Amino acid sequence: MNILGISCFYHDAAAALLADGQLVAAAQEERFTRKRHDSNFPINAIRYCLSATKISANSLDYVVFYDKPFIKFERILQTYFGTFPRSFRSFLKALPVWMKEKMWIRQTIMKELDYAGEVLFTEHHMSHAASAFLVSPFEEAAILTLDGVGEWETTTKGWGRGNEIQLTGAIHFPHSLGLLYSAFTYYLGFRVNSAEYKVMGLAPYGEPRFADTILQELVNVQPDGTFCLNMKYFTYHYGLTMTGKKIETLFGHPRREPESTLEQFHKDMAASIQKVTDTIVVRLAQHIERESKMKSLCMAGGVALNCVANSKIFEHTNFQDIFVQPAAGDAGGAIGAAFYIYNTVLGNRRSFVMRHAFLGPEFNNGEVEELFRTAAVSFRKLEQSELLKETARLLDAQKVIGWFQGRMEFGPRALGARSILADARNPKNQSVVNLKIKYRESFRPFAPTVLEEKTSAWFDWNRPSPFMLFIAQAKNGKERIPAVTHSDGSARLQTISRDQNSLYYDLVSEFDKLTGCPVIINTSFNQRGEPIVCTPQDAWKCFLRTEMDHLVIGNFLVNKSDVPPYLVDEARKETFEPD
Amino acid sequence: MSKLKDTKAKLSIFGELWAFMRVRKKWWLGPIFLVFILLGLLIVLTQGSALAPFIYTLF
Repeated sequence: MNILGISCFYHDAAAALLADGQLVAAAQEERFTRKRHDSNFPINAIRYCLSATKISANSLDYVVFYDKPFIKFERILQTYFGTFPRSFRSFLKALPVWMKEKMWIRQTIMKELDYAGEVLFTEHHMSHAASAFLVSPFEEAAILTLDGVGEWETTTKGWGRGNEIQLTGAIHFPHSLGLLYSAFTYYLGFRVNSAEYKVMGLAPYGEPRFADTILQELVNVQPDGTFCLNMKYFTYHYGLTMTGKKIETLFGHPRREPESTLEQFHKDMAASIQKVTDTIVVRLAQHIERESKMKSLCMAGGVALNCVANSKIFEHTNFQDIFVQPAAGDAGGAIGAAFYIYNTVLGNRRSFVMRHAFLGPEFNNGEVEELFRTAAVSFRKLEQSELLKETARLLDAQKVIGWFQGRMEFGPRALGARSILADARNPKNQSVVNLKIKYRESFRPFAPTVLEEKTSAWFDWNRPSPFMLFIAQAKNGKERIPAVTHSDGSARLQTISRDQNSLYYDLVSEFDKLTGCPVIINTSFNQRGEPIVCTPQDAWKCFLRTEMDHLVIGNFLVNKSDVPPYLVDEARKETFEPD
Repeated sequence: MSKLKDTKAKLSIFGELWAFMRVRKKWWLGPIFLVFILLGLLIVLTQGSALAPFIYTLF
């Protein structure tokens, strides 16, 4: 049985394909169109999923869309009518898109895929819940989903057992933790639905001196974690912005202009909203733990990408294990929608655990060699063991490496298939990689990859974290691995085991053998504003545009100093809008 | 997809909306939906262009 899951039209459009209950392919549309957070109908991602499994659209048993558009439209109309006339401008902007696109999802799917079978719709937060629980390693678990908004729900709680999921409670729009965080992202001059992770990265540089004000004035949090926003401070439910003058008056500071200097006030504000988020997430988790009496927790929704808050759950609850869906945002909804139909609606037993996120396209050595020959650039082709030794040696020699191997990751994190790698021991590498390669803000931290079996020797952490969704304190991090240790001593951890990605594991092992350090910098293979690279051609162009020293694709190694300068000059003409 | 099938698929939205209103018991949405669907059909059938999406994703 083949089931295609689709998420699109809001942000991070994606497709995922299940074959007999196994997740065989998944990809985000942005990787193909090269448009960050592309929300358009994911026709390229769908074509990839079908071609990867060599089936046609007519071989699909079901196509499932990850939310229910009519209920969403009902929420939008009710919200607009409730806030009229302030909502009029927003209403005029939104309406044509609804009339042209968002109401016609079944018809769009049938037309674009030339598909005549059944199209099903699952509820947004059920898709999130299913995307976490049904692919988790747990037979039973509590479930928490948190995002901006789905149909009406912004937060749901519940439980899963076997192939059954029950959502037992919800918080409804406009009261939303995701939108609260996004409102502060906006107030701090960053891009909404894109740069929330910058606020999280900025938080450790500040003091949460506004947290009490936020809790007293903006959000009323109950002991069980349920909350209610004071909507007089927000404008997102009727306007084209997230916050207005009232919040500026409350904090005595105007909204930061995008790209302007970050002052201590902004850092303190980031710390404050992060603390409030932690408080709400922890209280919700504590309540769900008490209510469900379950030992494991599954999380999804955009807020579940907040690894700082995720880690607080471990500190403040007795959950023995937490599974966070690696594509926790809307992209992962495509997975959840498909699994919900296969397992819960059709009653099939669960037979898949998401142990890695390498579900995207891959390319063979022939395609890579042709690329380099066409570009007339000199390269070396090495046997695998030699390639690993040479790459480890280059990392030790303080070179920055573009690493492109195997199937592309699904979700926002590069996990060793489309990564930029560097030596975590060198304190200069944080600014070097930020400013010369990623062309992004210097405060942005980098994540470490560590060999799973050596994690506890380097971090206060003793469990797998394969998807970079938890933070841990680095042991003597400032001295030993300063490039991946944040100002508060924390690191956004990725543990790697051989069964998740043998090649990447072996590379880190080689580096460990050479240096005695099983930790390297792993950041996504892209520059600011660009989606993570998908094809060797994307990687080649990104390599040329930036100041990376070496590029490793498949068995091939290219040294930047061997690249003719005119190729670099040509590539640098391509620019991306900052995110 | 043939023209006839395409048009049939588009018209099926009326049935979907009817089912939706029946389940949600939101009959007041009926006239509003009707106007939007007719306008939407006009745009879709004439392949006109819609404005750029709203800057945030709520709507």
